[in-house]
Amino acid sequence: MSANDYDGVIRRDPRTEWIARNRLHPQHADVVAPAAETRGPSGLIRKNPHAVGFIGPNGLKRIDRLAGNGPQAGGARRGAKAAAEVELPLVTVDNPDFYIVAVMDLVGGRLSGHDKDVLGQAHKLVKDTEGEGAVVAVVFGESKEEAYDKAGVDRLIHIEGEAYEGYSPEQRVAALQAVDAMLEPRYWLFPDSINGGNELGSRLAAKLGERPATQAWQVDVANAVCRGGSERTDITRETPRLLLLAEECADPIDETRHAAQPIVLEAIPSAIVRIEDKGQVAVDPNQIPLGEAEFILSAGNGIHDWDQFHMAAEVLGATEGASRVAVDDGFMPRFRQVGATGTWVTARVYIAVGISGAVQHLQGIGQCDKVIAINTDVGCDMIKRADLSVIGDSQEILDELMKLVEQHRQGGAENAA
Amino acid sequence: MPHNVKVVSLVSIGQHPKSGRARRGEQDGRAVELGLKLAGESLQMVHAGDDSEEALRSYLGMGLKGMTVLKQPTTGDAIPALAEYLSDNRPDIVLTGVRAESGEASGMTPFMLAEKLGWPLVTRIADIGKIENGEAEILQALPRGQRRAIKVRLPFVASVDLAADAARQSAFGPARRATIDGADAANVEDSVRTSWEEAPARKRPKRLKVVKAKTAADRFKAATAKSSGDGGKVLKKESAQEKAKAVFDLLVEEGVLR
Repeated sequence: MSANDYDGVIRRDPRTEWIARNRLHPQHADVVAPAAETRGPSGLIRKNPHAVGFIGPNGLKRIDRLAGNGPQAGGARRGAKAAAEVELPLVTVDNPDFYIVAVMDLVGGRLSGHDKDVLGQAHKLVKDTEGEGAVVAVVFGESKEEAYDKAGVDRLIHIEGEAYEGYSPEQRVAALQAVDAMLEPRYWLFPDSINGGNELGSRLAAKLGERPATQAWQVDVANAVCRGGSERTDITRETPRLLLLAEECADPIDETRHAAQPIVLEAIPSAIVRIEDKGQVAVDPNQIPLGEAEFILSAGNGIHDWDQFHMAAEVLGATEGASRVAVDDGFMPRFRQVGATGTWVTARVYIAVGISGAVQHLQGIGQCDKVIAINTDVGCDMIKRADLSVIGDSQEILDELMKLVEQHRQGGAENAA
Repeated sequence: MPHNVKVVSLVSIGQHPKSGRARRGEQDGRAVELGLKLAGESLQMVHAGDDSEEALRSYLGMGLKGMTVLKQPTTGDAIPALAEYLSDNRPDIVLTGVRAESGEASGMTPFMLAEKLGWPLVTRIADIGKIENGEAEILQALPRGQRRAIKVRLPFVASVDLAADAARQSAFGPARRATIDGADAANVEDSVRTSWEEAPARKRPKRLKVVKAKTAADRFKAATAKSSGDGGKVLKKESAQEKAKAVFDLLVEEGVLR
């Protein structure tokens, strides 16, 4: 407003006032059109109640006080989804002055929450450092992740190949050394996790002769606060070049999109491999503690053929779980119970057979990635939570599933032979 | 069944997580236990630090006649002394814990030693099986209770995970009778560390769920709505085969079928 942008003095605009008085003036309509909100002569906001709202299809005035957030014709859920798919602003770094390299765990081919925290920390360091910096993410092996741009990756180095499959720390460190020589990053960031981040970071630190900050949870350009032994002390130290970051070290990126331009490494020297990976060993899934099991087949009130259920768990190679009802009825032991009173599980894939989904049970599976529901009732809460729901008789479906898995196993054996 | 290999277990002074009292380290105890399984009585136990520390006796109570302590001041860097000792003694296997229970606890000791000695390093092992033709078969502990088989040539360094067999009980009498020989070793001051500030751990702030809603209606919805997903695919009319196939495809895609 030009009226009061000068020392707070309210100035009149005689020309506008004159137009407002002159009904024959061509701009008269624009000037006198009632604005919903104007600043009065004393500076107070004046609301014109006649100017709000719009005339509805039946000629009545309608006022939308929800600002376009009310339930729409297609149901509230669809409306919320459409609102969630707003395109975020794209941030590009064309000529970076420096790089910050973050090596990702990529558990199951996707960025974990810890990975995203590390990327958030990288952007925090970029912001605090002078000059323009680019965050480079290094990922190894197969990647199923599609949202690198939304996680804050400016440049992406994807290293794939036979040499990087399975347990191959020596070759991976050789690749990271090649990255170090090429980009000369200002900082190296690793998630301090048991999924490989800690090991790779420590190996690289030993190779480069850097002294890393481990379990760092509060990092800026000057200082890093790290947890000491037994989580009993905090060590404040100068921020080194290589950092192993604790979980929730920084907030993940959620308001911007980034370019995620691929960078190709020219040549990676092949390392001398002295550690030979013989592959994963079959572990009895029922020996794995329920809280850390990766794949759980859980049974509830809808199961009638328990022998078949146990067989299905064995064929699938899944750890068995149960709802409270199944445990109370004596079909499963208490330590198999999933939910608020039992174990809080963290499985990547959770199959709920005949479980309707009590609130306590849904709390217990809150951290599961993919939930599959097999149930007869379409309206139950478990189906609202599940990523894939199958409506039908569980006995029949488990039978078919077991057949498919057995075929898959035999087919795999033939292919291997 | 002891093998004919020379094993060194590196031990540190543990710390009780609540009381802070010096004790036998959880992981180091397991490293000694695994060493006893591999080498029996001939296991060498080495500590770098103060040789009058009482907590060292709890390792000796596991059935060893004696141990070596490379004398170091509290501000010393243990790596040069340990590397010198190991390159002089040339063991086949060096076992350590994953992380110390006190001090910086960076977990870098096995990495630095392997780098200095030029030996391969295997992290987080649960067990060592057969040792044949200069090669050891190792079982490595992975997250989520999984295990991986690894073959590596001797000599190597390995850090022992909590998934390994728990340390046996420590007997008081043998622990008293065992000898601790303090050896003079390379004394390198850890100069970087003197500039650090150490304080009791602060409680870390819990991450709050921040709702970035523009209107009051959105905030209200976020506060009251059930934490349900946006509803996945529902298969209803298909045949049982098709339904099972859909489940199967998802399992294969997620890679949980082994």
